[in-house]
Amino acid sequence: MQNFLIFAILILGFIITFQIARASEFVSVIRGEEKTRKQTNKINAALLLVFLIVGLFGVYWAHHTLGDKILKLGSSASDHGILVDRMLKYTIITTGLVFFGTQILLFWYSFKYQESDKRTVYYFPHNNKLELLWTVVPAIVLTILIGFGIVYWYRITGAAPENAMQIEVTGSQFKWEFRYPGKDGVFGKKYYKNIDEAHDNPLGQIWEDAANHDDVYVSGQMHLVVGKPVKLIIGAKDVIHSVGLPHFRLKMDAVPGTPTTLWFTPIKTTKDMIKETGNSKFVYELACDQMCGAGHTGMRGEIIVETQEEFDQWMASQKPKYAQMKEAAAPAAPAAGAAASTDSTAAPAAKDSVKAATVDTAAAVKKDSAGKK
Amino acid sequence: MSDTLHIQHGVASHGHSGEPHVHHHKETFISKYIFSMDHKMIAKQFLVTGIIWAIIGGLFSVLFRLQLGFPDQSFPILETFFGRWAEGGKIKPEFYYALTTMHGTVLIFFVLTAGLSGTFANLLIPLQVGARDMASPFMNMLSYWMFFAASIVMLSSLFTQTGPAAGGWTVYPPLSALGLASQGSKSGMDLWIIAMTLFVASQLLGGLNYISTILNMRTKGMSMTRLPLTIWALLFTAILGVLSFPVLLSGLVLLMFDRHLGTSFYLSDIFVAGQALPNEGGSAILYQHLFWFLGHPEVYIIIMPTMGLASEILAINSRKPIFGYMAMIASLMAICVLAFLVWAHHMFVTGMNPFLGSVFVLLTLLIAIPSAIKVFNWITTIWRGNIRFTPGMLFAIGFVSIFISGGLTGIFLGNSTIDIHLHDTMFVIAHFHIVMGVSAFFGMFAGIYHWFPKMFGRYMNNTLGYIHFWVTIVCAYLIFWPMHYQGFAGMPRRYLDKSSWVSFGQFHSLDAMITVVTIIVFAVQLMFVFNYFYSMYKGRRVRTQNPWEATTLEWTTPIHPGHGNWDGEIPEVHRWAYDYGKDGRDFIPQTEPVGENESSH
Repeated sequence: MQNFLIFAILILGFIITFQIARASEFVSVIRGEEKTRKQTNKINAALLLVFLIVGLFGVYWAHHTLGDKILKLGSSASDHGILVDRMLKYTIITTGLVFFGTQILLFWYSFKYQESDKRTVYYFPHNNKLELLWTVVPAIVLTILIGFGIVYWYRITGAAPENAMQIEVTGSQFKWEFRYPGKDGVFGKKYYKNIDEAHDNPLGQIWEDAANHDDVYVSGQMHLVVGKPVKLIIGAKDVIHSVGLPHFRLKMDAVPGTPTTLWFTPIKTTKDMIKETGNSKFVYELACDQMCGAGHTGMRGEIIVETQEEFDQWMASQKPKYAQMKEAAAPAAPAAGAAASTDSTAAPAAKDSVKAATVDTAAAVKKDSAGKK
Repeated sequence: MSDTLHIQHGVASHGHSGEPHVHHHKETFISKYIFSMDHKMIAKQFLVTGIIWAIIGGLFSVLFRLQLGFPDQSFPILETFFGRWAEGGKIKPEFYYALTTMHGTVLIFFVLTAGLSGTFANLLIPLQVGARDMASPFMNMLSYWMFFAASIVMLSSLFTQTGPAAGGWTVYPPLSALGLASQGSKSGMDLWIIAMTLFVASQLLGGLNYISTILNMRTKGMSMTRLPLTIWALLFTAILGVLSFPVLLSGLVLLMFDRHLGTSFYLSDIFVAGQALPNEGGSAILYQHLFWFLGHPEVYIIIMPTMGLASEILAINSRKPIFGYMAMIASLMAICVLAFLVWAHHMFVTGMNPFLGSVFVLLTLLIAIPSAIKVFNWITTIWRGNIRFTPGMLFAIGFVSIFISGGLTGIFLGNSTIDIHLHDTMFVIAHFHIVMGVSAFFGMFAGIYHWFPKMFGRYMNNTLGYIHFWVTIVCAYLIFWPMHYQGFAGMPRRYLDKSSWVSFGQFHSLDAMITVVTIIVFAVQLMFVFNYFYSMYKGRRVRTQNPWEATTLEWTTPIHPGHGNWDGEIPEVHRWAYDYGKDGRDFIPQTEPVGENESSH
């Protein structure tokens, strides 16, 4: 009923508008088309001026009200973000000046040079000096912007410092997983065909590689140390995702089959940010920025930035995936044995398939090490 | 029909002088309105098809804006129409992404490429260069029917069981390659690729025709530097299309192979839906290079024709020559060349080599220079003019305003340092909707209002035109200006509900406002469509041959030109297209010989 009502009102409004428009056409024919045309010309010229003034006020107002709702420029939580914010500021100022200048001229001239019987137009087909001026000036301004941009870009994308903490980030539909290299500081090898969520191997780690035994796996939440550079090694399992870090002003795609990297230094802890924003629920978020399927919107990760002590404490409480896998496998064997005693036909078959799978994996590992090295 | 088309170069039609070509042959309904080879009719076919697609594509945006503006509310009417796609009156994520994907595909390719170039290149090229028809009217007809076939296939994909393509209009693999990863990557995706293949064929048939007509079929005296800027713009547009669309096609063919033939061009190391795929060694990034090699020129394919249309309309209604004609051509040429050299600025955060990235930053920001020249020249054109605000002129002024706003935000995104933060956020949505969506639409509206009298011998209703303009420009800014701020906040694009996020939840009332404005502006566009069709039959009649007092050749044809355009000889051209306000005369048509005492420029 409500829908119908809205629909009826729309149709009615439309019919009225149309009838007025049609009537005004008849009136203009009766009154003399030329006279009406001149009158509407004046009205439209005045409206253009009104639009300019209201529009400029609107731009100011939007900046005033929405400016508070965005992450404030200069409030970046990473060292690289400070560069991004600075570049953003220079660009806003430059383009802002051009924006106001050109829009004011455009609408002001439109108003000022509206049709008038008294004016003779100025035949002005070209002027080399002027044209040279507005080729060279934008070129210089852009050169400056490009210069800053490229210097910052190299600083952001340059090699990570030696002492950077390394974390592997893996995106998949629709979650984030993280791996820390553990005490040895080396990530163990992995192969995507080894991925087996049911048997504690969500990343496809190759257990034969001893470097894997102390690698710590966490899902959904990543811990960083404030003031310590971190290098993310980014990958994806299924489709392209993107590691979006709005508070750090950074982003890097996660591409299946092609690892990417991103490094930065967080400069504010989560607690600092809670204080700064006044929001007790504040948490750094990791947003997937590349359309990755139906659950894209919910592909959220959290980042905790903390002090070294807090981090060490947290890390000590984590158990490597290898150990978890071993623990899970150990009680599984007696359970299988018990099952065999009660159901003699199904169990041997299950055991066989497990065996076959193990062989398969071993073959895959062999193939992998042969193919990649 | 053949004798009307016995035209070679320039003067070849003199033999037919005085013949009333139009009455020469009998036209059936089918040969006149369906399988027509008359460029003017083909232009109208493109325009009407484009309008239908624009309504569909626009409606999609209204639907997904409902979800964005009111994520908690349910709209039972949606379930009535869309059934399981909107169970309980709430749009399902799969449906949401199908809507956004088809909105993009439809508006970018079917409306702003085919509907825009197809209409104005077909209508204006023969009329403004002084030709009786296109170089190959038959290929021209095929171009439309290929487009029509593409439309049918694309439309049919909306009705498949698993829905149309839903991986974004860029259809990046692996998402678009794997039916396991997304419903939209099942049969809908195949239909998408087939439709686009037909579409590319249509573009090539059309584009080659436009280029050869402009280069070979200009009338006597119409040197290249006497062409109106519309023709220059359409020429460069056609060149861009001919060179870049085949690259898209190659990318899509490889995608099809990956989907069905087990190849691994784009696929590697994939574990999806609980199973590991055998593909190894492919590169998902390869597709992005192929796609954007078309994708970036594509945005210029959309905007360049409207630059031409706006230049023409601004000069005519300012009663003043376009300022810096040669600079306008040079900047179009510069844009055309640079358009091929900047594609990777869409890929700054894919992990590309930083050095390569910096090269693309440089080339990308270079494009700002020709764009700036054009804007300054447009503003100088209206300076000290005597401006008539026809609806077409208002839309042309609006075009310049909006092109400035959208162009400037390109300087943000083209700079890789800022792009790291703003990439794939709502800032990008705001930027490209303003610069190639809204401003291209403004140029297109300007063109439709301006050349409607030539198409149908009637005017569109002015009052509705003014309402259309004012509501549209106000709403366009209301919708897209605030989106920049969402982007500054890092809010990703293609998120359909921000309630679970701490960082992006602060724009709730803003999103609701944008949705309401979207509905209003959509209703006003429907009013424009009504005005268009109503005026076709009932509009005020055009009574003079040259209603806008313009200099160009199309206004020397009869009010209702037949197939062949001019009843007698094709007129000869003696001057450039922009002699307005020269030597105290309001305008001097291109067909008038240069007088002895005339000042030169």
